[in-house]
Amino acid sequence: MSEPTSSIEVDPTDEAGVTSAVERALAEIETASDLDELKVVRLAHTGEKSPLALANRKIGGLDKAQKAVAGKLVGQARGRVNKAVAARTSVLEEERDARILVDEAVDVTAATRRRRLGGRHPLTNLMDRIGDVFVGMGWEIADGPELEHEWFNFDSLNFKPDHPARQLQDTFFVDPPSSHLVMRTHTSPVQMRSLLERELPVYVVCPGKTYRTDELDATHTPVFHQVEGLAVDEGLSMADLKGTLTHFARVMFGEEAQIRLRPNYFPFTEPSAELDVWHPTAKGGPRWIEWGGCGMVHPNVLRAAGIDPERYSGFAFGMGIERTLMFRNNVPDMHDMVEGDIRFSEHFGMEI
Amino acid sequence: MRVPLSWLREYAPVPENATAEDVLATLVKVGLEEEDIHRPTDELSGPIVVGQVLTMEPETHSNGKTVNWCTVRVVPEGQEQTLTGKGIDPSGVQGVICGAHNFTVGDKVVVTLPGAVLPGDFKISARKTYGHTSAGMIASVRELGIGDDHDGILVLSTLGLDPELGSDAMELLGLYDSAAEINVTPDRGYGFSLRGVAREYCHATRSPFTDPVAELAAKVPAANDSGFSVTLADDAPINGREGCTRFVTRVVEGVDATAPTPPWMSSRLRLAGIRSLSLPVDISNYVMLEYGNPIHNYDLDKLQGGITVRRAQQGEKLTTLDDKTRKLDSEDLLITDESGPVGIAGVMGGATTEVSDSTTRILVEAARFDEISIARTARRHKLPSEASKRFERGVDPQVAPVAAQRVVDLLVELAGGTDTGAVTDVDQTVAPESIDLPAGYAEARVGVDYSPETIEHSLGEIGAEVLETADGWTVTPPTWRPDLSDKEDLVEEIARLDGYDKIPDRLPVAPPGRGFTRWQAARRRVANSLAAAGLTEVLSYPFVSQDENDLWGSASEGTTVESVKLANPISEAKPLLRVSILPGLLEVLKRNHSRGFRDLALFESGHVFLPEGYTPDPQPIPPLGERPSEEDLARLNAAIPDQPRKLAAVFTGNDAAAGPWVAPRRLDWQDALDSAMLAADVLGVELTVTQGQHQAFHPGRTATLSTSDGAVIGVAGELHPKLVAAQNLPERTCVMELDLSALIEREIPSVVAESISGYPAATQDVALVVDQDLPAAELLATVESGAGELLESANVFDVYSGTGVEDGKKSVAIAMRFRASDRTLTADEASEARTAAVAAAEAAHGAQLRG
Repeated sequence: MSEPTSSIEVDPTDEAGVTSAVERALAEIETASDLDELKVVRLAHTGEKSPLALANRKIGGLDKAQKAVAGKLVGQARGRVNKAVAARTSVLEEERDARILVDEAVDVTAATRRRRLGGRHPLTNLMDRIGDVFVGMGWEIADGPELEHEWFNFDSLNFKPDHPARQLQDTFFVDPPSSHLVMRTHTSPVQMRSLLERELPVYVVCPGKTYRTDELDATHTPVFHQVEGLAVDEGLSMADLKGTLTHFARVMFGEEAQIRLRPNYFPFTEPSAELDVWHPTAKGGPRWIEWGGCGMVHPNVLRAAGIDPERYSGFAFGMGIERTLMFRNNVPDMHDMVEGDIRFSEHFGMEI
Repeated sequence: MRVPLSWLREYAPVPENATAEDVLATLVKVGLEEEDIHRPTDELSGPIVVGQVLTMEPETHSNGKTVNWCTVRVVPEGQEQTLTGKGIDPSGVQGVICGAHNFTVGDKVVVTLPGAVLPGDFKISARKTYGHTSAGMIASVRELGIGDDHDGILVLSTLGLDPELGSDAMELLGLYDSAAEINVTPDRGYGFSLRGVAREYCHATRSPFTDPVAELAAKVPAANDSGFSVTLADDAPINGREGCTRFVTRVVEGVDATAPTPPWMSSRLRLAGIRSLSLPVDISNYVMLEYGNPIHNYDLDKLQGGITVRRAQQGEKLTTLDDKTRKLDSEDLLITDESGPVGIAGVMGGATTEVSDSTTRILVEAARFDEISIARTARRHKLPSEASKRFERGVDPQVAPVAAQRVVDLLVELAGGTDTGAVTDVDQTVAPESIDLPAGYAEARVGVDYSPETIEHSLGEIGAEVLETADGWTVTPPTWRPDLSDKEDLVEEIARLDGYDKIPDRLPVAPPGRGFTRWQAARRRVANSLAAAGLTEVLSYPFVSQDENDLWGSASEGTTVESVKLANPISEAKPLLRVSILPGLLEVLKRNHSRGFRDLALFESGHVFLPEGYTPDPQPIPPLGERPSEEDLARLNAAIPDQPRKLAAVFTGNDAAAGPWVAPRRLDWQDALDSAMLAADVLGVELTVTQGQHQAFHPGRTATLSTSDGAVIGVAGELHPKLVAAQNLPERTCVMELDLSALIEREIPSVVAESISGYPAATQDVALVVDQDLPAAELLATVESGAGELLESANVFDVYSGTGVEDGKKSVAIAMRFRASDRTLTADEASEARTAAVAAAEAAHGAQLRG
């Protein structure tokens, strides 16, 4: 950029002089490379001390005839300069704006997480998911205490006081045993509570924590989770049980899942069955996997709830949540579920 | 129950080529669950043949050991070897070195030829040893995996065997047989017998079953006067059930108790998991496995007088067969003679009348004892025996005389005994009660249209007597199925025999439900919110020590917190149930920390157990099959300690990892407080924070959380540095715990909408100088009420003390926002409200407006 040329005096009646001042101004405006330079140029050519402003001021001293001509001449000249400043300003502003955006660019791939997602425990999340499945079918979710009276855990469910099945349960008893309190060995006591508290028909599932005196190893834990299902209505049969379980299995394991019942024994159901599920996407290939137990509610269980077994019938089923998670999501070792290592929960996040 | 296939084939049409896997696959269809497979050939293979010792030359070697250099003929005399293979001599005579000395020339022995493999992957080959080439081995029972005896090699004559030379010794010893192990459910006692399993096998394959007991029953003699004297004298039946309802005895004389047990019997016993002990014992075990009735043999010469079956008397003792002296309980059922107890009925016999090698006269007992009586005694003395296992589940009361007959037959056949013809049969059994099965009942319960023929056939197959009636059937269950007492039991039999796979799928339609309860939805919302806020849910065990409950269950030190104690905890160090989630959660925090995770924000929601104020119920448990009265139910429920759900969170480390644009911030007491506030916010419950005190917490960084009704429902803050050091926790660990049940109880039932003003807000800030110890929350509350109705919100944005503020004072800066619902506020209106707020603070707390 050349030195400002604003010191050159301009005669308002000298058309060539005015024109030349305008051209000098336009040339300098055009070469201004940023807004700061343009500001200097603008002040030089449009400011109060600029040749054209000074020329303009001289017009007042001219005679009338000259005044009109000079007024027009200088007015147009200043107009051209102002317009050029405005045009150059918008060009340079645009350039500046664009440059700022370039300067402000960041490497977005280097971003870290300011706020990370925690995670639900897969067991509780899976229980919630199971709850959703059954609520979608019109069933309700029932809860009950984990520390239970023996009557609810055993007797009401037709476990005779000396029946071997009662011993098989590896029960945590509360001291003193005369308090008749146990850590519930299954979620089945919630069945009885539901039947006692609710109006018939009853369609409930009860997910929850259960306890048995097993040492922790790859497939056992003293504290584990089950989900129990119970339906009591008029006219229910094993076909209803099978249909419900098939639906449940398909939601949990995919449309290709199937179930299979095998005769078995439980004190609280008769007929009773062991439940296998055909797991089409099991690790190591599709196969039958033992999933839980089920059957038609034993009449003594209905009687314990004051329900007439001649009029009503029901079915019940139960399965381990840990076991379900193990083969549904390929969890190889029980330790992962109980140790609380954050990698386990966070790997699942909010998903199951 | 382990079922040898060769044995099962005697009673059921098991195909010759069926494997143990096949048998298990068949049995599982009718409900006998597969457990395991036992197959000697999995680790044993031939050639293993019968040989005869032709020569044996003892040679003493430099190591001082004397071995025999033997030649053994392993093919019949005059024949040549047909087996080929490296080390197998075509002449049929093998040279072998044998370290044992319990045989002589001419003995028939088991020779493992080169190429054989013995258990433990022991491969037999011809090898140089002691200056000879030993081409095989003369085997001991232990080497063959069929016994423990390693004192010498197996001399076949000791088993009463004189087989042909060169014959397959594996065949001879039953080693090609295998056993299918099934899991017998507690209701199916008869599944603990070959008889029962064979019947089930026939059910599974839909083939007719011939009951071996029925055949033998025909030849059982009736009881007679020469029978041994037996008296049943149960003067204290349990639950009104006689302890013994059947007692059969037989007397066999001239028994050679030392006679060998034939290999077919010992191999089956071995496969069934029972060790061969002596012929009389083996016979009783064999018959127990075959028919399901435990048998006891007495040395008749050691019995004094007749047998009386009675309950134990105070102070009585008995030395049982395992040489342990047991103090008897008055509920124990005993077999006694004139000397006193000689056996615990159905559980274990006594030492004094045990059959020994010198026994010649045997009293055979086949009895039936009551399930409950035996179960209690077996548990009391921790004596779960093969016998008690069967009696507990119920033994067929009609099989005793037949089982006794089978024992007699075997003692005569194998032990050279003579049946004296003395028969006792005290029979107090009652016939099974019949069950009415209405037509249509099975169909309704199972959902399959069974034809009357199917029903009658199925029930007939299980051994029931089926009589048609006007509206169905009257069914008398077989004596071996005490589990069949109701029509539902019959329904299961019909469904099981017809096949569960025939049951169709039908999805029942539940009545319209109400969805999740408020509690369930709230619980889930809280957990999801905390997880979304960056906390990770974990689960911990609720087992704790008294110290842990005392620390977390009480704000002040030195209180013993009442706790629920387990009678049989997993760990004696943690026998109590938690009153707080924090001890378990802090363990999880430490575990993660030790695994290298430094930035942790964890939470758990779970039940705690508060016994305070509950009344243990010592009254008997209400009976089965009937609804307790409302009072009884109330009593039961009152006897259960309170178990509220708590929510706890623990924090250590930073809120995020450092990054180009992330400066990590240390998680502190406020994060703990925040997580508690978040849980409350999610439920629309307002919590009041006050400065708190708790023995586990930093005395200056503890927030007590209470609800508007004044209930204290939680605590949040930084842990006491001393506790952090003592418990090896990461420095400045912060925690919170809330009574989630109490919080959910206070969840707002429904939200009333507020009208939203579109007029602009006017903001005013004030800085008030107050005493250092005035809680900011109190000042804020005063300001809020003093500012009047135009105040929309107010919050503390700075607390300052230091230069410019008098000692002992602090400056609390509060931002206020005013807004009217119907107009734009003027500057004067906002100033007036601000002045009113300051005046209120001055009046209440002596607050001064700061410069």
